[in-house]
Amino acid sequence: MAKQTPLYATHLRLGGKLVDFAGWDMPLHYGSQVEEHHLVRRDAGMFDVSHMLALDLEGAGAHDLLHKLIANNVDKLTVPGRALYSCMLNPQGGVIDDLIVYFFRPDFYRVVVNAGTADKDLAWIVQHAGDVAVKPRRDLAMIAVQGPNARAKTWAALPGAEAASSALKPFHAAWFGDALIARTGYTGEDGFELMIPAERAEATWDALLAAGVKPAGLGARDTLRLEAGMALYGQDMDEQVSPLEAGLAWTVDLAAPRDFIGKSVLAGRRPDKQTLGLLLEGRGVLRAHQKVFTAQGEGEITSGTFSPTMSRSIALARLPAGVAVGDTVEVEIRDKRLKATVVKPPFVRNGKVLV
Amino acid sequence: MNIPADLKYAKSHEWARLADDGLVTVGITDHAQEALGDIVFLELPEVGRKVKAGEECAVVESVKAASDIYAPIAGEVVAVNQAAADAPESVNQDAYAAWLFKLKPDNAADLDKLLDAAAYAKVAAEE
Repeated sequence: MAKQTPLYATHLRLGGKLVDFAGWDMPLHYGSQVEEHHLVRRDAGMFDVSHMLALDLEGAGAHDLLHKLIANNVDKLTVPGRALYSCMLNPQGGVIDDLIVYFFRPDFYRVVVNAGTADKDLAWIVQHAGDVAVKPRRDLAMIAVQGPNARAKTWAALPGAEAASSALKPFHAAWFGDALIARTGYTGEDGFELMIPAERAEATWDALLAAGVKPAGLGARDTLRLEAGMALYGQDMDEQVSPLEAGLAWTVDLAAPRDFIGKSVLAGRRPDKQTLGLLLEGRGVLRAHQKVFTAQGEGEITSGTFSPTMSRSIALARLPAGVAVGDTVEVEIRDKRLKATVVKPPFVRNGKVLV
Repeated sequence: MNIPADLKYAKSHEWARLADDGLVTVGITDHAQEALGDIVFLELPEVGRKVKAGEECAVVESVKAASDIYAPIAGEVVAVNQAAADAPESVNQDAYAAWLFKLKPDNAADLDKLLDAAAYAKVAAEE
């Protein structure tokens, strides 16, 4: 029996096509994945992301715990509400999960982790937590409102939201009564992620709907994040892949003197693989696990799709070191080898094609 | 579910229509396009290719996944629908108008081995 978010009945009411995702009944789309994609790029859409898990870390040791557990440096978080994207690594330097950490006080952080990894993440964090209290917040629902008009429509929908969040810069969050409103997302567009008590999820969703925010499913979420060049855990990286190979070197702080789990392995290694973008030259659709042939050897697509914004196929691929942006490579699709150009992700941000 | 009574169907969700010229037009059912979601690419067979019944001969790709299309009966591919390949979303819009290819059947009586609308409706409902 799959788990259901507080918005399960709402998805059914709106005609969502529900599928199993990481053990949760989640909407894939509400009619057309491509239309939902365009809505987010051009106007505003909302996603139920309550399957992800928020964990509150409270106690004097919270800062030191995150210093040890994540590869990015929480010392960058000095303003309350500031958010940071990071990987959490195993001792071999592989990625246990990628997450967002919100800073409130040195003794109080909130970490949001993926649904499919929530149980193992919780166990791993608790194992290292010492006196820090680790509180899973399954009492919260999460709604991501994304798109160029997402902020204005959120403000129109939720009284008081504008006063709480109009001054927020990207990657900052603020309290809004007992809710948290964060200017973050996974689409490459502006917008908010709202964390609200589960019992208010449906009323909040319906208020957003009434303000003209359309529901969007996990299908559009995947094409949007891939256009935005954002990695998906379990596909673009996992416990066998280091963040340096996954295109996530920018999230790893090797410079600061602090130690963190996995650091010694990463610091001593020159990765022989790298993650870059591919643009298919002709027609067809790039998919995960297709082989890529380059002058430097074989690689593999980790995520591929048809880009609704660009009307052509795009992918993230793990390629041998030495392959450069601008190179032409070949991708094996069924019995054919098709040409693709190596590009630097992201493909699309804020409604604009960048490659 | 839209399942026209005058067509024949394969369990693998293709429809087939025998025309007066003796050629059999093949496409995918409305149920199939709905399950696939937004269709973005069609790979159609070469004209002149001979296919057996049940042989993979085309691919329909949606944003979500690639799906093999099988020849419902044996024959020779005599035409493909380039207009549909140029506008793959037309299959979502009307799966019975946006045909994929035409076969010159080895034996037109093979069509009798396919499902009628009522039998196909059962197959589709069980999925």
